Amino acid sequence: MAERMVPGVLGHYEHMDAALETIEAFRTQGRKDLVVYVSHPNHEIEHALHEPISPVRRVTLVAGLTGTTAGFSLAIYTNGLDWPLLVGGKAPISPQAFVVLGFELTVLIGALSTVFAVIAFSFLQHRKGVLYDERFTDDRIGIFVPSAGAEQDKVASLMTEIGAVEVTRA
Amino acid sequence: MGTAVITQASPKYGPPTDQTHAEITRDVVATLDTAPRGYYYLIFACVGCFLVGVATFIALLKEGLGLAGYQPPIMWSVYITNFVFWVGIGHAGTLISAILFLFRAPWRTAVYRSTEAMTVFAVMTAALFPIIHIGRQWIFYWLLPYPNQRYLWPNFKSPLAWDVFAISTYFTVSTTFLIYGLVPDVAAVRDKVTGWRKFVYGKLSLGWQGTNTQWRHYSRAYLYLAAFCTPLVLSVHSVVSWDFAASLIPGWHGTIFAPYFVAGAIYSGVGMVLTLLIPLRKHLKLERMLTEYHFDNLAKLTLLTGTILFYAYGMEYFVAWYSANTFEQTTFWRRLFGPAWWAGWSMVIPNAFLSQLLWFRKIRTNLTALWVISIFINVGMWFERYVIANALGNDYIPWAWDQMNPTWADWGMLVGSFGWFGMWFFLFSRSFPVVAIQEIKEFVPMPMRGKRAGAKAAAGAH
Repeated sequence: MAERMVPGVLGHYEHMDAALETIEAFRTQGRKDLVVYVSHPNHEIEHALHEPISPVRRVTLVAGLTGTTAGFSLAIYTNGLDWPLLVGGKAPISPQAFVVLGFELTVLIGALSTVFAVIAFSFLQHRKGVLYDERFTDDRIGIFVPSAGAEQDKVASLMTEIGAVEVTRA
Repeated sequence: MGTAVITQASPKYGPPTDQTHAEITRDVVATLDTAPRGYYYLIFACVGCFLVGVATFIALLKEGLGLAGYQPPIMWSVYITNFVFWVGIGHAGTLISAILFLFRAPWRTAVYRSTEAMTVFAVMTAALFPIIHIGRQWIFYWLLPYPNQRYLWPNFKSPLAWDVFAISTYFTVSTTFLIYGLVPDVAAVRDKVTGWRKFVYGKLSLGWQGTNTQWRHYSRAYLYLAAFCTPLVLSVHSVVSWDFAASLIPGWHGTIFAPYFVAGAIYSGVGMVLTLLIPLRKHLKLERMLTEYHFDNLAKLTLLTGTILFYAYGMEYFVAWYSANTFEQTTFWRRLFGPAWWAGWSMVIPNAFLSQLLWFRKIRTNLTALWVISIFINVGMWFERYVIANALGNDYIPWAWDQMNPTWADWGMLVGSFGWFGMWFFLFSRSFPVVAIQEIKEFVPMPMRGKRAGAKAAAGAH
């Protein structure tokens, strides 16, 4: 079954300043539902879109702290509580000796959770059926504006006026 | 390699290449086209070496570790030498991909993907050796903490138990970092190729389209991954060094060991990066992306870590002399003038002295000279680990003193490890982009209206 397309207009840009101007023009109109395609991370586009900082950071912090707790807890439980044994003259619970375990699990759980968070957020916030062009991973910038009916003409003409080299509609 | 001096201007503060975005994609995707015949010969050679390792391992399983020349007091032998060598090789990759990312060094963009891949395959190789070294490989899982009927837990006060966690975390996180960085580039390849390759790269790109939402989460998470990897890379070889330093063996029991091992690891890793990248650059026609600028910086990193190593060697001798400990002094005397003097000098000459040639810019930018030096670095760093492991034969019981006596089973596993590593690396270099397309583009400004992209339009932009 063919994917149901989101109605809208997709502008192709070859110049960064034209794309930024288009974003600002639509933002001035109060639009916050733009989808911008670019081949690489770009701060100018990020600033033009006024996007909030990704919530991934919260997941990273919580997961990292969970890892630290898990590392120390594992060492304290196994070596200090479940089977306390004096080894090398060190007390059964020797916090200094458990730092490595705490650190490694901080990194392991923190890093893996960060990646899972990116997958989850990108998947949850991804809008299916939005027009796409393969040149956006190459050298073009794409700006998709959801719109329908007569509004599409206005959107398309504004894009062309500012500098879109190609405009497609769905 | 062939030609020697690279003449292209070094864009110190500008974009790392003079190419446009379209040219960058085209040239990197071209590296994945049909390989020449020489490439298949190389892969077959690597597989052949790997099979030598497999055959040796089967013999070891059948006969036991005695086959590998393990005899008291040398109970840590060439397999531990190989383990430390291969873990060390991986470190340059993480340094370049994570630490230099946080330092915003633009020259890392063109080299970090191949070095990251090198890290993953080197750690994959290293991880084999402790398992081979324990002799009874079928019970290696005893190293892991899990509830069992013997009511035994690993001793978390031992560096050997720390190492299990350090190496497995390092391998997992490095692999994750590599795959994570690859996703946008695999999408770029997907959008350029056709047929079954489009299908495969399409699946591997996980639906990446480069939308603002995807980049927002991706870039933030990349920063955190780099922040995690930075202390990780410093910790892993520190933990490896404590495997030695936490013991009382003369020559091992030193507080300098952690920084000494980390510097040595990065030094050996950069050496391997140069050994691999210089031929790869020519083979994959990446001359416009991997320029004098990149090799000059890699050479400077080699010089820095080589000089730290030089200092560490000197400091070890100073401390041995200043300690007035006869056993410590004897160990270091025997290192250069004892029965295994050839190993000692094979370590000191390339690592301490040869690296000092890189003070000269002419040598740093001469690829043939750099490649030859990098080979010596690899050899020198392998011997450093050999010499360190050999210290086990110079303990506090002089009548028991001995030297490492490697057998064919030791050399067989060493050859096998190079085959295993090379096989994965060269397969990777023809299957995935070895240069990070999206990160290079980040440093090459897009054109403004009426202007051309790239260095000409953007000189001085960064």
